[in-house]
Amino acid sequence: MDQMESPGKTVSNGTKVVLVAEKMTKRFPGTTALDEVDFTVYAGAVNVLVGENGAGKSTLMKILAGVERATSGRMLLDGSPVEFKSAREAAHAGIGIIFQELNLYPNLSISENIFVARERTRGGVVQHRLQEQLTSELLNRLEQPLNPATLVRDLRMGQQQIVEIAKALSQNVRILIMDEPTSALTAAETEALFHIIGDLRANGVAIIYISHKLEELLTIGDYVTVLRDGKLAAASPARAINVAWIIEKMVGRTVDATRHRIPAAATADDRPVLEVKNLNLPRVGGGFTLENVSLTLRRGEILAIFGLMGAGRTELFECLMGQHPEASGEICLNGRKLQHESIRGRIDLGMMLVPEDRQRLGLIQKLSVAHNITLANLQRFVTAFWLSERREIREINAMIRNLSIKTQNPQQPITSLSGGNQQKVVIAKSLLTEPQLLMLDEPTRGIDVGAKAEIFEIMNQLAEKGLAILFVSSELPEMLTIPDRVMVLSKGKVTGEFLHDRLSEEDLVLAAGSRQQTGRPLPTHHLN
Amino acid sequence: MPTTLDSPAAPVLSKPSGLSVGVLLFRLRALIALFVLIGVFSVLSSAFFTEQNLIILVGQTAINAIMAVGMTFVILTGGIDLSVGSTVGLAAMMSGLLINQGVRIELLGVAIYFNIPMIIVICLCLGLLVGAFNGLLITRFNVAPFIATLGTLYIARGTAQLSNNGATFPNLVGNPELGNTGFPILGAGSILGIPIVIWIMVVFAAVAAFVAAKTPFGRQVYAVGGNERAAELSGIYVNRIKMSVYMICGLCAAMTGLITASQLVAAHPAVGESYELNAIAAVVLGGTSLSGGRGAMWGTIVGALVIGVLTNGLVLLGVQEFWKKVITGLVIILAVVLDQLQERLQQRLALKRA
Repeated sequence: MDQMESPGKTVSNGTKVVLVAEKMTKRFPGTTALDEVDFTVYAGAVNVLVGENGAGKSTLMKILAGVERATSGRMLLDGSPVEFKSAREAAHAGIGIIFQELNLYPNLSISENIFVARERTRGGVVQHRLQEQLTSELLNRLEQPLNPATLVRDLRMGQQQIVEIAKALSQNVRILIMDEPTSALTAAETEALFHIIGDLRANGVAIIYISHKLEELLTIGDYVTVLRDGKLAAASPARAINVAWIIEKMVGRTVDATRHRIPAAATADDRPVLEVKNLNLPRVGGGFTLENVSLTLRRGEILAIFGLMGAGRTELFECLMGQHPEASGEICLNGRKLQHESIRGRIDLGMMLVPEDRQRLGLIQKLSVAHNITLANLQRFVTAFWLSERREIREINAMIRNLSIKTQNPQQPITSLSGGNQQKVVIAKSLLTEPQLLMLDEPTRGIDVGAKAEIFEIMNQLAEKGLAILFVSSELPEMLTIPDRVMVLSKGKVTGEFLHDRLSEEDLVLAAGSRQQTGRPLPTHHLN
Repeated sequence: MPTTLDSPAAPVLSKPSGLSVGVLLFRLRALIALFVLIGVFSVLSSAFFTEQNLIILVGQTAINAIMAVGMTFVILTGGIDLSVGSTVGLAAMMSGLLINQGVRIELLGVAIYFNIPMIIVICLCLGLLVGAFNGLLITRFNVAPFIATLGTLYIARGTAQLSNNGATFPNLVGNPELGNTGFPILGAGSILGIPIVIWIMVVFAAVAAFVAAKTPFGRQVYAVGGNERAAELSGIYVNRIKMSVYMICGLCAAMTGLITASQLVAAHPAVGESYELNAIAAVVLGGTSLSGGRGAMWGTIVGALVIGVLTNGLVLLGVQEFWKKVITGLVIILAVVLDQLQERLQQRLALKRA
């Protein structure tokens, strides 16, 4: 097992150890989330922490940031032992954390968010002008000239991330923990973020960086620490390793990270499952969120929609589910024109959406795994006028088995599952409605490599069984391996369409950033 | 991790095995509190644990419990219904009006009198109507449940007072010639030695518990309260569910109104005032989360019994009315505090996978 240089001393290239966590252990009733993990944080460097969901990354970060307290182990800050009883104490010591689910107040302005609970006051009155001025300075330093008076709810995800960073900077952080900062960002936003991280690093800030995007880790990281099942699996300078090494340490074996699917064969049954013609979705205040979008999807085909944030991908799904009565154009499912069908009506006709935001739109957190799975098709289990528990159990267990949902017991609360398994529960729920068209919006967002591969495998198998699958992702590698066809959206317009075998990352990125049709023209019956 | 669609893991449904005794005791706290209270009062007052007193106690509880059953459905969806007390009054006045005055048709100079079963049905329908009005405000006009039902509270109470110019409909015994006698039986009669009121509570509670736990409707109520948007995207008609729970709540309140009027053999327009608070207290004591999505019908019944035992026991002990209020308030607050503790405990258990 590779170990990093022993803590406390300066390493060869001059970077200095700022924080050492020794033998950190965190026990919860019944489980050990962290088991004697050593973690060294270098100043002026990006310290990457990686591991599958449930490996203990979040727990370790919460301990470092004072949100949780370790069962045993000690922390040395600049060589002297520290113990944080609260996040405030950690912040005082210069440790800031940006959670994956951003902790911003959408109803407050940027500057109010940055100075929340630390308002600059004179005589008890908040000095808004001063706060906004300071915020402007911070934002300029981050090269993001946003208006400090803008409400956070009006910002894009990427911009909200910037606000979080500005907030941390305003507290003079020396150690900044970022938990999956890019999970909701587009390529351009990610690049901007990396730029900022580079600046912070140059200024001597130690970044602790958690992500599931492995390529990204090696681009940005200086030191990589891998956790597995709550234990330290390996640690190494980033330059000495590659993606395969990380995956091997993460899962404890080598894995085929990019799996290839045999493109859907041209079927005799060529009638499209889904046909969208000239879909327009007007935007409040003029213009269009979706403009003249047309697409066709056949049985057994996987069509991916690629695009930057704000390209209209999620809105396209919302239109398909009938959520925008103001949209115009034609949507046909199995040749039947959809008009005013409710969501239930559309589900019954054979279409089902796995929404982007698992927590907000996909799951009922207060229900068990079992009840989440059967939620969308309760009628299926009705005997006389009540639910047949026996039949429910049978189908729930079949789903858990088929999708390999890792749960000790289907009666467990859904929140006790890892992100990947929660996503599988949402998919299981969708499959129980027996859809012919399955729509997945960012199905792999925020889940670990292993679970991602499983989700793709599930998608492949479903397509082979004849399901038409429409999915949205902002991760390029997924575009190259999974779908039969990729359609690119940019600012609400289709700017490209590519067949699986004629697809390059460059084309996609180019089309996603453009306003005109750049894709190679496709024959009408492209799959033949 | 490559996977196949037919891996052999075969989980089975059973009770969660990791459930510690502590958590279990915590969950059953309302029931434990009930037994403790019964024990304490039995020791302190020889009159408490007697068949006669227990029947009185359960009878008193039943009125609140029936309302609380409806309230539970509403609170499970994350809503609240402040209008139930007024609906009690309105339904009571309606029964009084129908028995004593009938429906007058001025034009023909006649009055139509209904028999008692018909009157019960009409009053229950009135409850449904009030509930539908609440539901309409909440689903169609997006009024917050608190405000919508607060408005209905005033409207229904005002209407109850208007119905007889603020006066009571006395002596609701009916007239044999009109064929509308027998109304007092509802509140005073008994079957197999047990008051009808208690039977009604048992039936309402049993049906409600079954509906909540075993039917698609019940499951959807929990889902709507747990996460409205996710429920909607799962094809649940959220508005229909909300509409239904307020109608159920109105129906339960109307039933309570009928029972109260029957017990008093009179319909007073102020009857039911502040009953909504008792109902909400019973639901909360029973462990149903005010934010929706979590709770159970049996808990509500236990909650109503806790309030009933407390009231009855303190009366037997000769505790001053004012102290009774203070103690009841403290018990309700304690229940919510414990509820929060349980939530935290469960969150910490869930966090172990973070």
